[in-house]
Amino acid sequence: MSQQVDHASKTSSTVVPLRGRSVVTLDDIPMTQILDLLDRAAYIDTHRRQVAHTCDGRVLATLFYEPSTRTRLSFETAMLRLGGQVIGFAGAQLASVSKGESISDTLKTVSNYADIVAIRHPKEGAALVASQAATVPVINAGDGGHMHPTQTLTDLATIRARKGRLNHLTIGLCGDLTFGRTVHSLITTLCRLGHVDFVLISPDELRTPEYVLERIRSSADCTYRETGDLNGVIGDLDVLYMTRVQQERFFNEDDYLRLRDTYILNADKLRAARSDMAVLHPLPRVNEIAVEVDDDPRAAYFQQVRNGMLVRMALESALLGDELPGYREQKEVAA
Amino acid sequence: MKVTSIVDGIIIDHVRAGTALKVLHYLRVDPAKTRLALIMNTDSRKYGSKDIIKIEQTGDLDLTALGFIAPEATVDVVRQGRIVSKHQPDRPSHLVNVITCVNPRCVTTVETGVDQRFHLDDAGVYRCDYCDEKAED
Repeated sequence: MSQQVDHASKTSSTVVPLRGRSVVTLDDIPMTQILDLLDRAAYIDTHRRQVAHTCDGRVLATLFYEPSTRTRLSFETAMLRLGGQVIGFAGAQLASVSKGESISDTLKTVSNYADIVAIRHPKEGAALVASQAATVPVINAGDGGHMHPTQTLTDLATIRARKGRLNHLTIGLCGDLTFGRTVHSLITTLCRLGHVDFVLISPDELRTPEYVLERIRSSADCTYRETGDLNGVIGDLDVLYMTRVQQERFFNEDDYLRLRDTYILNADKLRAARSDMAVLHPLPRVNEIAVEVDDDPRAAYFQQVRNGMLVRMALESALLGDELPGYREQKEVAA
Repeated sequence: MKVTSIVDGIIIDHVRAGTALKVLHYLRVDPAKTRLALIMNTDSRKYGSKDIIKIEQTGDLDLTALGFIAPEATVDVVRQGRIVSKHQPDRPSHLVNVITCVNPRCVTTVETGVDQRFHLDDAGVYRCDYCDEKAED
């Protein structure tokens, strides 16, 4: 029998504080810290009252240069639920950027108002520029098609909540595996833990990029197989991560419509899946998951939204250096 | 074909055939203001064909870009008409303002005052620090 390890409990005693740093990508954060953030999120979920004043007096600035509903509200709710307050803008047309202000100048200014910043920007690398200019921690809330670290934390938290572990799993990723940044980031991060079998389900036009496959190959304990047949593999999966085919990636409307409808998860397809499989989706969905699936206990995508808020609460408090009351004591007892 | 030898300067040999002008561009050498010789598409035992660049009086010429644009080249240092040393270009771990990111979605295309920064990844490829796009020559 293969050994199933929850790395969080094994490595928690060596966690280095995240206080004061920015989070542009998860790639440069040690796995111990990532797992500690997941532990903090789980703790917050069961200690809402105790943590409600963790960030009293703090101000979060959300600088959203492009539309977002879920992510912005998630960041803002996270800070409000920790006792802090929120300022910011949504949509670049509302801000000085419409007058030509640089990202750096905006961050140098906002650093005087806020204790922490979450930024979403359509340009790749914008969060890195922001973090270099700011004098307070900056969280990347998505920089174009590049990085979206808090989505990956959300995905990890949901998989761990559903399966009790992040390794010794068969994880299917389905849909747009070419442009889906959440998929690439999730694979890369899971490869750091090892012992994951990836099943990459996509039409030929939307297959996983070579650099991501190379990342799996270079991980000694992970494997992958590529297929176009969701029905043929769904029974093997512990987790099925569905993605949206993004219209903005296509020049040709016909290609978009054809590929969009390639994989639609419905109750009929789910009959072949394991009873404890978890269905994840970064949302928003278009039609790739039928509404009838929402009531299936395997549907985890709205739980994922909740976990998104919890990991952002964990991250905001950790970067500010605001200790969650009772967390450290509980961790020491568990260790 | 005979080209006059240089007295003090450098010879950049084994440059990929047809790319000598591009190498000069990356080294920021202005052919109109520099005493140099270009030999293009000449025979090479090693590569079949190659370019050679000879530059007289190199002054403070910065060869950093060679590690990106011509890593396979050989640099011969010439003093008083004799080759006194030969070396391969270094491949620095970081390049700052040597090459420009070609990704139209990269923040460097819109943000003023940002250096063009690249790093050498584990696979030996230069990538933009901001967007991770592979550098192109």
